[in-house]
This record gives sequence, structure tokens and C-alpha cells, in this order.
Amino acid sequence: MKITGAQALIRSLEMEGVETIFGLPGGCILPAYDPLLDSPIRHILVRHEQGAGHMAEGYAHVTGRPGVALVTSGPAATNMVTPLMDAYMDSIPMVCITGQVPTNAIGTDAFQECDTVGITRSCTKHNELVMSAQDIPMAVRQAFHIATTGRPGPTLIDIPKDCLTNLMDWNWPTDEEVIDSLPGYRPNTKGHPRMIKEAAKLIMASERPILYVGGGVLKARAAEALRELAELTNIHVVTTLMARGAFPDDHPLCLGMPGMHGNATAITVMQKSDLLINLGARFDDRITGKVSAFAPEAKVIHVDIDPAEQGKVRRPDVPIVGDCKQVIEEIIKAIKDLQANGTVQADTGSWRSRISGWREQFPLSYEASEPGEALKPQFCLEQLRDNAPEGTILVSGVGQHQMWSSQYWTFNEPYTWVNSGGLGTMGFSIPAAIGAKVGRPDRTVWAIDGDGCFQMTAQELVTAAVERIPIKVAILNNSYLGMVRQWQEMFYEERYSEVYLSPEVPNFVLWAEAMGCVGIRVDSPEEVQPAIDKANSIDDRPVVIDFRVDAREKVFPMIPAGFGNSDMLLPEWQEANRGGLK
Amino acid sequence: MSEFGSHHHILSVLVQNRPGVLARVAGLFARRGFNIFSLAVAPAEDEGFSRITIVVDVETTSLEQIVKQLFKLIEVVKISELDPGRSVERELLLATVRTTGDHRGQVVELTNIFEGKILAVGVDAITVSLDGHPEKLDDFEELLAGYGIVELQRTGRVALPKLDREARLRAVSTKSNQGKAG
Ligand SMILES: Cc1ncc(C[n+]2csc(CCOP(=O)(O)OP(=O)(O)O)c2C)c(N)n1
Ligand SMILES: [Mg+2]
Repeated sequence: MKITGAQALIRSLEMEGVETIFGLPGGCILPAYDPLLDSPIRHILVRHEQGAGHMAEGYAHVTGRPGVALVTSGPAATNMVTPLMDAYMDSIPMVCITGQVPTNAIGTDAFQECDTVGITRSCTKHNELVMSAQDIPMAVRQAFHIATTGRPGPTLIDIPKDCLTNLMDWNWPTDEEVIDSLPGYRPNTKGHPRMIKEAAKLIMASERPILYVGGGVLKARAAEALRELAELTNIHVVTTLMARGAFPDDHPLCLGMPGMHGNATAITVMQKSDLLINLGARFDDRITGKVSAFAPEAKVIHVDIDPAEQGKVRRPDVPIVGDCKQVIEEIIKAIKDLQANGTVQADTGSWRSRISGWREQFPLSYEASEPGEALKPQFCLEQLRDNAPEGTILVSGVGQHQMWSSQYWTFNEPYTWVNSGGLGTMGFSIPAAIGAKVGRPDRTVWAIDGDGCFQMTAQELVTAAVERIPIKVAILNNSYLGMVRQWQEMFYEERYSEVYLSPEVPNFVLWAEAMGCVGIRVDSPEEVQPAIDKANSIDDRPVVIDFRVDAREKVFPMIPAGFGNSDMLLPEWQEANRGGLK
Repeated sequence: MSEFGSHHHILSVLVQNRPGVLARVAGLFARRGFNIFSLAVAPAEDEGFSRITIVVDVETTSLEQIVKQLFKLIEVVKISELDPGRSVERELLLATVRTTGDHRGQVVELTNIFEGKILAVGVDAITVSLDGHPEKLDDFEELLAGYGIVELQRTGRVALPKLDREARLRAVSTKSNQGKAG
């Protein structure tokens, strides 16, 4: 049967199980919007294409299914560059479809033409310019296959307008045909058996082991397996910014986040360890600090589905290329085999007691404000956390508020933390929270945002209001680009350059109301609880709370850029005990 | 052309012959700060595939990272590192050389000694070609330079494993033995 390329596109998306598309139409993609009217797929009309991209990411984060964005050519495609790069850095499965000028106009500088595949080549896992209506179903199948398998990532299909209007014979390629069409793409999921045995042996012999857990554990849906491994071996776990929630924060073996703004114990255990068991993490510079000074005594087991991560930063003693879930399960089996044959795990007792000593001496802490003093952002977060229903999803922007969110929230469930880790994209939280709420309408979704970030993508709250997506937003408003201010205070002798945002404008409450949300302003600690209660009681529209917080507050601990992890800066009141981190 | 050094490695990369594949390879090298010494590309034996011979400079990056990142490109099917001692290498050189006075005879003689070809003869210039091992081309080029090279074009080296030693071909990565980057 002959149908148009546009009909084939929408039908292909239906065949892939797509339920929601985030997008905004325009000239070249117009033909695709017509069959969309007859499709059961829900389309969410955004106010800026960047929003569509981050929504698709938020949706993918919490559901594990690829997020889909549909936009037109030229400026719409260039607006997608930031979310594509964001998804690429954080390995988020996402499929973006862009319109393109008709095939005979390509290369002529036609209206709204841009070299979309050229521009997005280095910010997608793969992209493809379709040149015939007939090729659309295969292109869609390939895009979803590549986005969701191996190390997940964003893919893009660029479709010229005439390919959408031309007729084609409907066909739906089989799995086999898809795989045959990609002879160079064979992701490896099963770890090498000899390496797995080697890993098990190292784990059994280590006296100071640490499980260093990254986002790959979440991508592989390996949280259960991880828990089994940790409990079987009684090894403590640190979860990176991308892995918060992969291991429950309330578990006695959980040490929380390491890295530049990690807690002192999580940072120190990595430095002192004799065996780092890296599961789906990538030795990011925000974790290692100065690489040459990182975990100097540790052997390394590195499990990653991407072979290029092995040895990129730190040479592993045992590299294992494979899917975290499969590999962890195999390692558990290998350890049990060793135990059955009489191998006894090395004594980790003194290591574990050192760890509990550090935890006791160096908890995350801040100075609570005296009555009448300015509100502390950490206090707001604690109150939000303690009043959040179980399963609440937390989405954050980028800056100080992001680090406090990761530090002060308690993530007990996987897929309840959504943030922009690798790219650090200001403006991520509002659209990503919308996408998360669309993916998990049953959950409360809180976006924790900075006043700077909020002003980058706030217009998507119009989308949320109109589409009835009742997210909740807490702005930790310090009237500053706070994270940059912190660096200027600490490393540029308090010479504040272009970081002060007006405390008067915008009026966030009026702005929220204008966008169809409920706006609440909070200035003092007594107002916090009633405001949160009110926000929690509203479920028919988005709510924005403007928390006016102390601008002088800094994120601690901190490892200054370029320094080693042992040079961590502690809050003043812990500096005196520094010797305890031995 | 600078000397082929110890930090140079020859990669033979089999790719799906699709639009943009060369841009992908070149873009990857640029984006990751890898250095290309020379690059040659043409259709391979199987329809739908091309072979790219890349001489990479590994002074600043490990060969392993280059290969692994290259292998993540969806269209890259196979990468082999060719050991110069165990492969045949060829390159083609075209040069137009200034030949005033009795220089013409000397250049013709030189070209004959190297078993090159005279392609065109002008009043005061001559165009010659030479194919062979890249090092032989280096020698030839150096000698021609004494006369004054007007224009020079070399193709970059292409290489295949030596037939009798094929078993020793070091397959750096193939989809059958290592799995493909996700
Ligand atoms: C798009 C973008 N531009 C610039 C930056 C650099 N940057 C990182 S944090 C930050 C300040 C963020 O300010 P705000 O949203 O108010 O958060 P705060 O740090 O005050 O909590 C800036 C400018 C960035 N990460 N992203
Ligand atoms: Mg701020």
C-alpha cells in the first residue's frame, strides 16, 4: 500500500512504541504534523526547541525509554544542539527528528537550510540524512536501535520535506534486517569470563575495597545486582553525580557522592582504597581531581560497555567490557564459586571501622541560621526532602543548588534523580522535570533550580501549565550566579565580576502566575513549611516557590580545580579535625 | 613531506561506504585532538565498503584510544594495524620540476633510474610520476627538490598485509573478537 513518507514516519514511531513526542512544527517538518493528528501519540508543544530536547531527556531518565523530539529545519535544528550534546555526555537514549529543505534545495542556502547532520555529528551517537521516503522506516528503526543499545545516546534523523510528501511502499524492517544493515555496530554486553574470574579474585583479596558506581549501573538497570554484590561482600559504595539513587542512600554501606563537591568520606575512601571496583563510571575529572594524585594505592577493576572508556583516563588492572547488570551478576557468581571452594574474603574490618570514623567526624553540614537571619538553601532542601512523598523525583539545574540537591537529598530509589552531569547545562531542570512528569505522572516531581538557570528556560512552564503537567519548582534564589560567585570569592580574591543578578527583577511570583502557575515567595525560615505544604497540596497546575536564600553560602567540601583529592577544602568547623582523614 | 617516524602507525579501516563517512572520521580526529599524517580512501573489494588507510601520529595520544574511538563510529566495520615490516605499502607521486638548460636531461635520467614516468614536457618544466614505497618517493622528492619543484602532489600511502604473512596481521579490533563499541 502506498502512503506518504510523513505517514510512514508517524507509523514507524508508533511501531517503536512511542507514546509521547516533544516538539514544535515549522515549514520543512509540516507534512509530519498532519498524520500526527490521527495518531494516538501524544504531542507536547514546547515554547523553545531546547525545551523539547531536555524534556525528551527527562522522560528517558525516568522511564528508561528513548525520549523523542520532533522539530523543523534550520534554527530549530540548531536549537537542539545543546540537548543533543547534553544527552550524549550523559548517555541518554533520545531520538531527534528534524525537518530539512527538499532534496533538490540541499546545498543552495535555501530558506531555513542548515547542515544539520554536519552540525550534530559530534553531539550524537549517530545521525543520518534520509534521501528517500522509502528509507524512512529503516532510518527510524536504526535510530532507535542505536540510541537504546550498547552505551545509550542521542541519534538524529534529518528528513527533507519532499521525502515526507512523496509516496512510498510501507515496509517494516525485521530485527535481522536492521542488524544486517549495521555491520559495524555490534555492542558487546557479556563480560570476558577470564576477566570476571580475575575481578572476583581481586575483590576477595582486597582489604580496602570500594564500589565506585556510575551512571552505567542505572543505564543497565543493575541496581538490584549492585545491592546483592555490596551485601555479599560487605563493601561500601560511592555513587557519582550520575548514579545517585543506584544504591539506596539509607543503606548502611552507602557513602554518597565523591568528587569535587562530594562528602569527605566518599572522597577519602577512594584516595585510601586498595581496590576501586568501577561499575559504569568513567573517571571523570570532577571525580578524580588531579589524575596523577588520584587513588594512588588502588588497583582498578573497570566495568564499562564502551571499550573506549577502558584506559582512557586510568589504566585498569582488570578491564571488563560489558553490560553492568550482566557483568555484576557474573562477578557475584564467580565470588560464590570461590567461596564454595574455600576461598575466604580478606579481612576488611579495620577498613570498615576507619570508614565509620570518617563518617562520624565529617558529616555534611552547614551552619543553621539564627532567628532573623537569612534562609539557608540547605535548610530549604532538607524541608523539601522531609515533606516529599515516597518516590519523589528530583530534577536539578546546574550550579550550587545542584550540588546541595545531590548532597542533602536522600535518594533511596533508582531513577529518582535527574540532572545534567557531563555538560552541566544551565536551564536543564524545568524542561527535564516536565519530561520526567510526563514519563511518570504518578510521581511528585520537584525541580530544584537556581535563579540564573530558571531564567534560561522558564518559558516551558507555559507548556507545563497548558498541557496540565503539574511539576513543582523550588528556586533557591541567591540573586547570584552562585557557583561562579563562589569561585570568584575563593580564587579571585572576592573580585565579583558579572555574577550579580538583580534581586528585584524578575518578580518570580508574578512571572510564575503569568505563566499559569501558582507562585509563592519565601523569605524566612518560618515560611518554609507552610509554603511546601501549599505546594504539595496543588496538583492541577505547576507551582513555583521563590526561596530567597543566603547569597554567601558556599558548597563544601570542595576540591579546587587542578588539585588532588587529598587537598579537599572542608567547612571551617571541620578543618581543625583534618588530621582525622588519615 | 616530513619523514615517516617511529610514532607513526598505519591503520587500515574498513568502512561502510555511506555519505559522510569520511567527514565522520576526519571530524573524530579533529574533535579528539588526534593527528593524521596521511589519509587515502577508495572503494574496497566488497561493494558497499571502502578502505581508508590512515597513517596516524601517536606522539600525543595512545594508538589504543584512537582505534577505540574510531571503532565507535557506526560505519566502521573493522580496523587493522599494519606493521610496516609485514605489509606492502605504495604511494604515487606527481611532480612538475623546473628544467632550464641541461637540467632536463638530468631530471629525465633521474626519473629513469627510479623507474618513474615522464608525463608531460614543457619548454622549461617537466611533469614526472613515480609510484612505489613511500620511502623511495621521499628519496626521489629530495633529489628533485634540487632542481626546483613547481608543484607536487602525493597520494598518501595505501597498504595491505603481505600475503605470505597474513596470519601475522595484527587485527587490532574486529567485531568477532572484541565486540563493537556501543
Ligand atoms: C548554559 C550555561 N552557561 C554557563 C554556565 C556556567 N555556570 C555554571 S553554574 C553557573 C551559575 C548558575 O547560577 P544559578 O542558576 O543562579 O545557580 P546557583 O549556583 O546560584 O545555585 C554558571 C553561570 C553553565 N553551566 N551553563
Ligand atoms: Mg543563583
